[in-house]
Amino acid sequence: MTAIAAERPRERRTFRLREATWRVLLFLLVLAALWGLWEGYRWLWMREHWTWPFVVDDTSMPHIHDFLRALFQVTHPGGPLLISVLLKAAAFTAREAAVGFAMGAVGGFALGVLLAHFRVLRRGLLPYVVASQTVPILVIAPMVVVYLGSRGVPGWFSVSVIAAFLTFFPVTINTIRGLQSADRRALELMRSYAAGGWRVLWKLRFPAALPYIFAALKVSATASIVGAVIGELPSSIQDGLGGQILNYSQYYTIQPRGLWATNVIAALLGIAFFLVVLAAEKLVVRRAPENVA
Amino acid sequence: MSVPAPAAVQPLPRHGMARLVGRRLQDWLPAAVFLVAVIGAWEGIIRWRHVQQFLLPKPSSIATAFWDDRSELLHAGWFTFQEALGGFALGSALAILFALALARYRFFGTALMPYAIAANAIPIIAFAPITNQWFSGGITKSSKIVIAAVLCFFPVLVNTLRGLTSVNPRALELMESYAAGQVQIFRRVRIPNALPFVFSGLKVAAVLSMIGAVVGEYFGGSFNALGVLILDRARTFQFTSAWAGVFLACLFGIALYAGVAILERLTLRWAPSTSE
Amino acid sequence: MSVVELKGVAKQFGRGGTTALQGIDLAIEEREFVSLIGPSGCGKSTLLRVVGDLIQPTSGSVVVNGKSARQARVDRDYGIVFQDPVLYDWRTVAKNIALPLELARWDRRRRAERVRAMVELVELQGFEGHHPWQLSGGMQQRVSIARALSFDPALLLMDEPFGALDEMTRERLNIELLRIWEASGSTIVFVTHSIAEAVFLSTRVVVMSARPGRISDLIPIDLPQPRTGATREEPRFFELVTRVREALHMGADLERAAAEATA
Repeated sequence: MTAIAAERPRERRTFRLREATWRVLLFLLVLAALWGLWEGYRWLWMREHWTWPFVVDDTSMPHIHDFLRALFQVTHPGGPLLISVLLKAAAFTAREAAVGFAMGAVGGFALGVLLAHFRVLRRGLLPYVVASQTVPILVIAPMVVVYLGSRGVPGWFSVSVIAAFLTFFPVTINTIRGLQSADRRALELMRSYAAGGWRVLWKLRFPAALPYIFAALKVSATASIVGAVIGELPSSIQDGLGGQILNYSQYYTIQPRGLWATNVIAALLGIAFFLVVLAAEKLVVRRAPENVA
Repeated sequence: MSVPAPAAVQPLPRHGMARLVGRRLQDWLPAAVFLVAVIGAWEGIIRWRHVQQFLLPKPSSIATAFWDDRSELLHAGWFTFQEALGGFALGSALAILFALALARYRFFGTALMPYAIAANAIPIIAFAPITNQWFSGGITKSSKIVIAAVLCFFPVLVNTLRGLTSVNPRALELMESYAAGQVQIFRRVRIPNALPFVFSGLKVAAVLSMIGAVVGEYFGGSFNALGVLILDRARTFQFTSAWAGVFLACLFGIALYAGVAILERLTLRWAPSTSE
Repeated sequence: MSVVELKGVAKQFGRGGTTALQGIDLAIEEREFVSLIGPSGCGKSTLLRVVGDLIQPTSGSVVVNGKSARQARVDRDYGIVFQDPVLYDWRTVAKNIALPLELARWDRRRRAERVRAMVELVELQGFEGHHPWQLSGGMQQRVSIARALSFDPALLLMDEPFGALDEMTRERLNIELLRIWEASGSTIVFVTHSIAEAVFLSTRVVVMSARPGRISDLIPIDLPQPRTGATREEPRFFELVTRVREALHMGADLERAAAEATA
């Protein structure tokens, strides 16, 4: 009689739990390592009075616990905690970015589908779509905000326009690439089923394009946040993180902790946005794991 | 036993110069037509509808402004381009080194990859005021070089690392059967496999570096810098001049991207075409 | 002295995972041509890799060329050919064949000589300067074989090398391979799905069965050498093919019975 080694389900569950604890431990370890690097660098440079690449003191590199603590202090006597001010600003910026991101994604996808289908349009427009990537949209952002503001467009919406612009073209390019990535044999199979253009698009090309589209979305999510922050720089928009950054950068030499705290919140916002798109990707895209060896 | 005639899978590529040029022309004609059409329309619409030149000046006005201001603009552009180039070189070089290290010590590589990807989502530009404070108030190029370098770092790192690790398992088994050392595996298999990925990352970085330098200057910088110049012009309502500056920034960005693309073409000569 | 000696070799993947191999005892003598045949999941590819020290067994001993498998690999005592030829697109045929020699730091003249000899062996004269994409699948595999033999190893391991080729090319390459085997004097361990191929090529056929992977039969093939196209049409050939087929069915029956017993 030969013994059959069957998979035992219980072992799998404990394996998952173990993997999760490892992940959490690793996360804490990375945080600790970063903290250690920061404080270590600071300690060493201050001790040795090294000036390259820059002078290290309490202003240029405050203690991490200093500016983390500043988050939970009041901004002025009797006022709100710094963290609640920043979180409100972050929510404001997030809304702007999200609206813009959505607009850009939908528009970019539509243009991508169009260009993927019509070769002449593609030959004509694609070089510019690609070249537009090099346009410093962030550079003209303040101008755009000012202009739209003069036309009665609410400030936050013009910032969304910036974010939309930053999302639009990467999504277009990746949509085209993704739609064209369908395996030739799969296309032939579709044709053998006498499947029409739309069917082929929906059942084959679109699922094939999803990984590419999500790759663009992940990058654009970050870009939207950055675009929103930059777009807020013209002083008319105080409510977002951009305004806070401007505010605290003016007082930096007196109160460096404020700017560092703001940057921590901005960083968390950027990461959060990214993670949302990542989660969406995990849900939507079922794919064979990458060939990693 | 006679050898059968080769059933060639792909024909031998022909590099005749005339053929190359001829095909190129065909490819680019629609694009050229569109360009002329767009510029014509832009000029036409503004003239015809008398759209306020407040924000969207005619191309002809921009061209004139560019010509009038050319020496100042080019000086400023060159200054900022150096920042971008410096940041690009610094960030990319560090990223490639890191990627090689992380691929070599796979344990760290797989563990830290998600963190690298997440770190890429941080709005680095928000650190511009801080780097300005670090480097003599932002007057020198260094503060923007740092910003540009950090912007370039993560895309190049993530792409390079992916290229180094997504290797055909058979190729690795083959190397193991030759008892090849890690260095040789890197040289023969991982690095060649990674090259297309590296260039992908470098192209993204090229674009980001110029943007990073210019926008970083919005937070303060030398008067010789393009970003400061653009902002200044915009604030004093000299929009034509501001747009001229913007276009110059575009040109520099495209130039850097094109440089990388050319380098890519030369290096990847052997790969079958990946474009459409 | 056997070229390959396996005693009690077992391989289990992961803790409590699938048993890929169990109780493998096999000795392969010099100049034998041994085929491993069996259904999917019987562990034949795993067994090949155990011999090549690309996978380490969970228990048992592996002796290759009188040394441990690891030592044999480090000393480059074997060459391996996969179904995918794994050639470098940016290298010519000659440079692809030269790859292991470069790794072994042979000097240029010695390399060139050996490459020339190998090209002659696989009959690809005139194609030394070609690139892999300019060659058919069958020719690419010949380059792969030439590369595997370039440092004149005692042992050649082949994992379904002709699996991706059409039947006619396959039959032609089978005859090629036998000629190469004869000329090089090496020992070959060959994994395949095809009963006809196994019988045609081998001096011995090892029939394996799955779940767990084990050897269910060893069948000596007494067809005369050298084998030609005509060999495929001899009655003895059909008898042996039938014999192998029945061994495979028996293995499958045993497996099914065992599964039903524990269910």
